[in-house]
Amino acid sequence: MGLTGLEIYKHLPKTNCKDCGAPTCLAFAMSLASGKASLDACPHVTEEGKAALESASAPPIKLVKIGTGDYELELGDETELFRHDKRFFHPTGVAVLISDNEDVAAKAAAFEELEFDRVGLHYITDVVAVKCDSGDGAKYKSAVETVAGKTEKAMILICEDPALLEGAVEVVAARKPLLYAATADNYEKMVELAKAKNCPLAVRGKDLEETADLVEKITALDYKELVLDSGARDTSKVLADLTQIRRSAIRKRFRPFGYPTIAFTSKEDPLEEVIQAGVYLSKYASIVVLKASAKEHLLPLLTWRQNLYTDPQKPIAVEPALYEVGEVDENSPVYCTTNFSLTYFIVEGEVENSRIPSYILSVDTGGISVLTAYADNKFNGEIIAKAMKEAGLDEKVNHKKIVIPGHVAVLQGTLEEESGWEVLVGPREAAGIPKFAKETFG
Amino acid sequence: MAVEIQKEKYRSKVGEVVLGATKEQGGSRSHTITVGGETTLPFLHFEGEMPNRPVVALEIVDMVPEWHPCFGQYYDDVFADTAAWAKKCVDEYGADLVQLRLQSADPDLKDSSPEDCAATVKKVLEAVGVPLIVIGCGKGEKDNLVYPVVAEAAAGENLLLGVAEVENYKAITSACMANQHNIIAQSPIDINICKQLNILIAEMSTAMINRIIIDPTIAALGYGIEYTYSIMERARIGALQGDKMLAMPMIGNIGFEAWRTKEANSSTEDAPNWGEQETRAILWEATTAMAYLQSGMDILVMRHPRAAALVKQNIDELMQDNSY
Repeated sequence: MGLTGLEIYKHLPKTNCKDCGAPTCLAFAMSLASGKASLDACPHVTEEGKAALESASAPPIKLVKIGTGDYELELGDETELFRHDKRFFHPTGVAVLISDNEDVAAKAAAFEELEFDRVGLHYITDVVAVKCDSGDGAKYKSAVETVAGKTEKAMILICEDPALLEGAVEVVAARKPLLYAATADNYEKMVELAKAKNCPLAVRGKDLEETADLVEKITALDYKELVLDSGARDTSKVLADLTQIRRSAIRKRFRPFGYPTIAFTSKEDPLEEVIQAGVYLSKYASIVVLKASAKEHLLPLLTWRQNLYTDPQKPIAVEPALYEVGEVDENSPVYCTTNFSLTYFIVEGEVENSRIPSYILSVDTGGISVLTAYADNKFNGEIIAKAMKEAGLDEKVNHKKIVIPGHVAVLQGTLEEESGWEVLVGPREAAGIPKFAKETFG
Repeated sequence: MAVEIQKEKYRSKVGEVVLGATKEQGGSRSHTITVGGETTLPFLHFEGEMPNRPVVALEIVDMVPEWHPCFGQYYDDVFADTAAWAKKCVDEYGADLVQLRLQSADPDLKDSSPEDCAATVKKVLEAVGVPLIVIGCGKGEKDNLVYPVVAEAAAGENLLLGVAEVENYKAITSACMANQHNIIAQSPIDINICKQLNILIAEMSTAMINRIIIDPTIAALGYGIEYTYSIMERARIGALQGDKMLAMPMIGNIGFEAWRTKEANSSTEDAPNWGEQETRAILWEATTAMAYLQSGMDILVMRHPRAAALVKQNIDELMQDNSY
């Protein structure tokens, strides 16, 4: 990644032996540069050549995994500063903090409830952080055990005294918790523990420079499963540090910052925490840790994460189907729209606002909006009539009336011909649906 | 080890727009508010200037709105009195400015006359000292009759008047030109239409270029926020790289959008797995605002007092210097 074909070519044997399947070494180099081939295909590349290419082609931000099984969380391996340049890949882990001084069992049980269904998606709060505030190794170990018994999600163990931490790690090492944190004072012991237990390790300096220093020292001890914390806790400073870490890693390939990041809220009020966490989530944190743990606190934050990490080039679609809004019966109105999720859910919300139980036929347009689909000939009389038949509309309602979006009023004639139904032209914008419904069906 | 701080140098900046006018300036505001002027992306004080903090407006309507019942405890005593409502927003809830929607002009609602609308604007101007944003009812034909009358009645006050769209911008632009007001230029989540509209307004009067606030048409959290977020980031980067037709401050109707969502309105009983309604709704609105602050919004029009307070606090914190 990032290397040109010519740069790669320098490290190849330049014998044009064709063993890799490419006609020349240069052609192979070009394929490597564009990601179409793998270096493994060349049996003759020297170890030095391989090492040089691998280190130069390592991703700018290392992929680090915490947790195991269904709840393994992939962090880092991002390539962009702005989602519009391509996309963000690995959604920020949202972690809820539990102190070993509070009612651990109750809070862990509440944490496990922080899963949500909205717009056909399932959101989970994916990390639980257990913090040693008691200064008591046995108490901390038992807190970690309790949490581990309540949830299978990824864990962060927060305890900077390696002696206290060791007992707790013992219990959950197999689940690959993130150990927090190695600092200037304890890093040697922390690295030893992380290495022995094969757990990823957070590194916290008091500022960017000390953090970079620590990373250098730790990588010199041959440990690279790291997550960075610059030590900042003020909103503005954290935003600046996260931006610097991301920019240095991606633009300058500055190795000490080529790792995922973790940020902590500093607020006590849960609403303020959510907003602060939202800033960090927007600007590059790989994990945010907060104390807030009520459903109404987490849902907005997880929704923003879901939105931010969608692929800007891929429209999000809902299943093309006949949806029911409210207690429908054979007299209920029928609306149709496309299966672009945004369009569909806005229409659904407004139909709901009309307070008249209705059907919505979501027509398969490959997940694109009404006007785009119309322009692309993916939303026309024939296609809508076919979707009506497939959905069995004839048997669902005893009237033969369907509402189409106002923007495609032009489809009225062909759809009437194709379906034999009366076609009503709805409002151009979904916001007009409640009024339209009141006047037409009220 | 030495860490090389990565600083971006942009060649241009966002223009500044002044809202309101004091007595000396020909108006009656107690102070003016300046927005824009950024020379870098939001809150990156370590590499550029953000001379004016983003501001929070609270929205009011000139008729009793059909808002969620949870607003009753804040506004029940003032819903029917637009001027008192404006005053409460400023005095009690700390609004930097107020946005008045002339909803009653809607021919399908009260069909208030342009003169009635102008009288309401005058009353609100008398009640508060902050700069005022005034927007129409959304029915273009009627709004075009209202703009000139309101603009003339408030001449000298340097209002922010909206909204101009590509299909309907001439009447409002003329009204603003004739009476020295600022204008909201709204485009449908589309950078090219945004530029096109700014050019159209500038063609009517080059002086208006420095009086435009861009409304990129925002979506709420969960309903396409990421589209507007990215459009705004791209527009702002374009502005900083020298595109004059994108170099305007940005505004968004956050309260209006957030409170249309199911997540804000569903009762705790109807959606038990989403948690308590009012807190959920406050955070739905405030999280939407938080995201838009990060993509460059300068004027955030909000609805819930607590959400507005959360966002003002977030702005205060983000405005703290973070240079190295």
